[in-house]
Amino acid sequence: MTETQILIESILQLLVTGVLVGALYGLMCVGLAMIFGIMRVINFAQGDFMMIGMYVTYYIFGTLGFNSIFGSLLGPYLAVIAAAPFLFAFGWLIHKFLIGRVTGVASSGLDGEGHYAQLILTLGIALILTNGMMILVGADLVSVRTPLSSEAWTLAPVAEGPILIFFNKARVFAALFSGVVIIGLWFMIQKTWMGKSLRAAADNAEAAIYMGIDVAKAHRFAFAVGTAITAMAGGLLATNLPFTPFVGLEYVIIMYAGVVLGGIGSIIGAFWGGMIIGLIQQLSTLVLPTQLQNATIFLCFLLIVILRPQGLFGRNVERT
Amino acid sequence: MLKEIIKSLLPFFMLAALYIVLAMFVTNSYYQLIMTLVIIWAVFGLSWNMLSGYTGLISFGHASFFGLGAFATVLAQVNWGISPWIMLFVSGLIGAASGLLIGMPTFRLRGHYFALSMLAYPIALLYIFQWLGYPELSIPRVLDNPAAYMQFSDGRVYTVIAMILLFVVVVISRIVEKTRFGMALVAIKQNESAAEAAGINTLAWKLKAIALSGAIAGMAGSLYSVVILVITPGSVFGMLTSAQALTVSMFGGAGTLWGPIIGAVFLIPIAETLHAELGNILPGIQGVVYGAAIILLITLAPEGIYWKIRDWLKKPSDEKDAPQENADITIVPESLEYTKRPMPTGDIVLSVKNMSKSFGGLKAVQDVSFDVTRGMILGIIGPNGAGKTTLFNLLNGFQTPSGGEVLVDGVNMVNQKPHVMCRAGIGRTFQIMRPFKRMTIHNNVKVGAYVTAKTEAEAEEIAADALQQVGLSSISEKLAGGLSTKDLRLMELARALAGKPHILLLDETLAGLGSSESKEVVAVIRKLSEGGVTVVIIEHTMQAMVALVDRFLVLDHGEVITEGPPEIVTRDPRVIEAYLGKKWVTDAKN
Repeated sequence: MTETQILIESILQLLVTGVLVGALYGLMCVGLAMIFGIMRVINFAQGDFMMIGMYVTYYIFGTLGFNSIFGSLLGPYLAVIAAAPFLFAFGWLIHKFLIGRVTGVASSGLDGEGHYAQLILTLGIALILTNGMMILVGADLVSVRTPLSSEAWTLAPVAEGPILIFFNKARVFAALFSGVVIIGLWFMIQKTWMGKSLRAAADNAEAAIYMGIDVAKAHRFAFAVGTAITAMAGGLLATNLPFTPFVGLEYVIIMYAGVVLGGIGSIIGAFWGGMIIGLIQQLSTLVLPTQLQNATIFLCFLLIVILRPQGLFGRNVERT
Repeated sequence: MLKEIIKSLLPFFMLAALYIVLAMFVTNSYYQLIMTLVIIWAVFGLSWNMLSGYTGLISFGHASFFGLGAFATVLAQVNWGISPWIMLFVSGLIGAASGLLIGMPTFRLRGHYFALSMLAYPIALLYIFQWLGYPELSIPRVLDNPAAYMQFSDGRVYTVIAMILLFVVVVISRIVEKTRFGMALVAIKQNESAAEAAGINTLAWKLKAIALSGAIAGMAGSLYSVVILVITPGSVFGMLTSAQALTVSMFGGAGTLWGPIIGAVFLIPIAETLHAELGNILPGIQGVVYGAAIILLITLAPEGIYWKIRDWLKKPSDEKDAPQENADITIVPESLEYTKRPMPTGDIVLSVKNMSKSFGGLKAVQDVSFDVTRGMILGIIGPNGAGKTTLFNLLNGFQTPSGGEVLVDGVNMVNQKPHVMCRAGIGRTFQIMRPFKRMTIHNNVKVGAYVTAKTEAEAEEIAADALQQVGLSSISEKLAGGLSTKDLRLMELARALAGKPHILLLDETLAGLGSSESKEVVAVIRKLSEGGVTVVIIEHTMQAMVALVDRFLVLDHGEVITEGPPEIVTRDPRVIEAYLGKKWVTDAKN
């Protein structure tokens, strides 16, 4: 194989991996967009919600016996589906007892419209979840084991050529899974009453109240759905990434980068934002050492917020 | 001034002395370490407070400065044998420089975006330092003359060194609080746009704040590395480090130098003791305790212990002087009937030429031109959405026009920043009122006075004078948060006046006022005009304006429809049409 061929192969391979990883990032970002985009709350704990989703999936798969009942091929994905209601309930409770106290109507009298309180509160939740999980399960690396993560389809784009591209099966299934979830979510938002209330509440919470929409309830629903979606992304990620309770933090940045890139308030934009982040992360390894992969993401994130804070699809209007 | 500062810090000096005396009796080296760490985290908290507490721009990235200081100190001693005594100050410089470097791009952002971006810096640094191959660094032991390398066998010495650092930082914080530096920062926190319009160069002050804050954090990190001996990228750049600065400050109360100190004294011993006692069994207990403390705090006292206690102590005394009607407003509007005065015929002070602005396809302002002569009152009227406020935003620099010129005294000032326009003599008030709610009326106005005032005393005087002119002197010590709409309008007027403007731009100053209140404000404006200030006032109702202005400029859909003295403009059919629709034009004729 010539050097050019090697280069072409690695670029194609990184593109494929980038799209597959990006689909998963996109799902996480959509989960965050439900919370950040609709409620305008910076949720630091989002990465830890994802981490909780990974562990819940892990325990449903292993301890609850999904592994032995459904086998290691189907088991992980059923475990992810089974974990979603748990995380929905978890998000619902967190909003009801904590987040709801500093958002929406409750935030009006606080300093900076409650932004202070929201940031600090979610930081507190994040600290408790990370460290509490470490106390409960320890800091050892675990993963949802499926043989799919070490299997791949191969594709030779040029007939008879030496170039081979691998499609990791676990990643392909994870990407397909996120596609299905996002299409389902899109229908929910476009077609159902709850979805319409959500969009109204995101656009102008006050006006939505006067239109008879229970904004607090819509927010709680959005928060719970956002938690569940990010957690599902976490569960899927767990099939090809060993993790510890500390996994959340770096994904928080990835998620915010994706959401901001896609434009705040745009759910589908968040998906494409996550996709772009996945591609950047993979392609950066062409020129930079792998350890700096994530540093690249942070750099991109900074560039995005500084140069185009309204995102690719968003608009920025400031009133004086 | 200095005397006053020292006096106000007396409680701190006494408590610090007491703390040192107590520390002298501690013999257990672990408790000595905790006593030192409490002070270091208090210093770090004060550094966070310097930026985030005063300006309200929340930083999740103070670990950047802290970590750079720590790594610089250890690396300098390992590689070049430079003493931490020197590196303590070098770390301060590194912190200040990185503060400027981070601040310059990041201060373009506000609110959420600022907080998030600040988080990215320490995490990127963490990865970079890991990649550079520093998983763990320790300070080499020096046997020969260890004191020259800040190494002491007696842990109490570190407590004293840390206390000296805290002492310096506390004094600096108080000086900042008491001068225009702090005033500018608080004004930024309360309302950045209003601060700009009041002549504050917000970017410059924010950069000063982050440089100072970074310097303090760098020194805290440097001292931390010396005391703790072993550092890792995770321990100094990690999320928990940034969180600690923020937690101690928020817990104690942000925006006051007492906050971080109270927070550190409460939280650090609890967390450290738990870590020492239970760290082996429950390795994450420190994080859980911090998390729980934060959550408890936000639910019970969202603004921190200090403010909670202060509000609680202040409440009774506040109620006493609350219901006192503005007794000193003696300006009784003589006759508000239409009183024609001769049209001022001075030179042209403000000239707008072919001003245009479009947002996407929407032409908010189209080709607007007009002149304002010295001493006149120009009323700009037009229905909602006619482009009035946009026109003001273009005039004083909040928005950049798509085309056109603004000549102030003959000099083209288009595209200048608001604070520059303010310095050039253009004052402005806002349609949506922008008080600094947590400041007194007097201080609200004083912020505006810094544009021309050289000293604090001069600023005080200008503020008092401006308040006198609008008739708010008697209630000048009330907090701006609880004022009526009329008093807020007058206060904003005074704040604009404190900048000693030649031209005042008033944006719907009469909106939301009852007719008697409106008359009072009109009387004040007229008095200002008689005092020589040129006034341009926006309004969408005509009644009160007819008695006030010398000339009207009528806007509709961003264009000038007509211009002229009130008695002619009010009869212009185009104006009636713009306001009431075509039907009324024919009705009016009949």
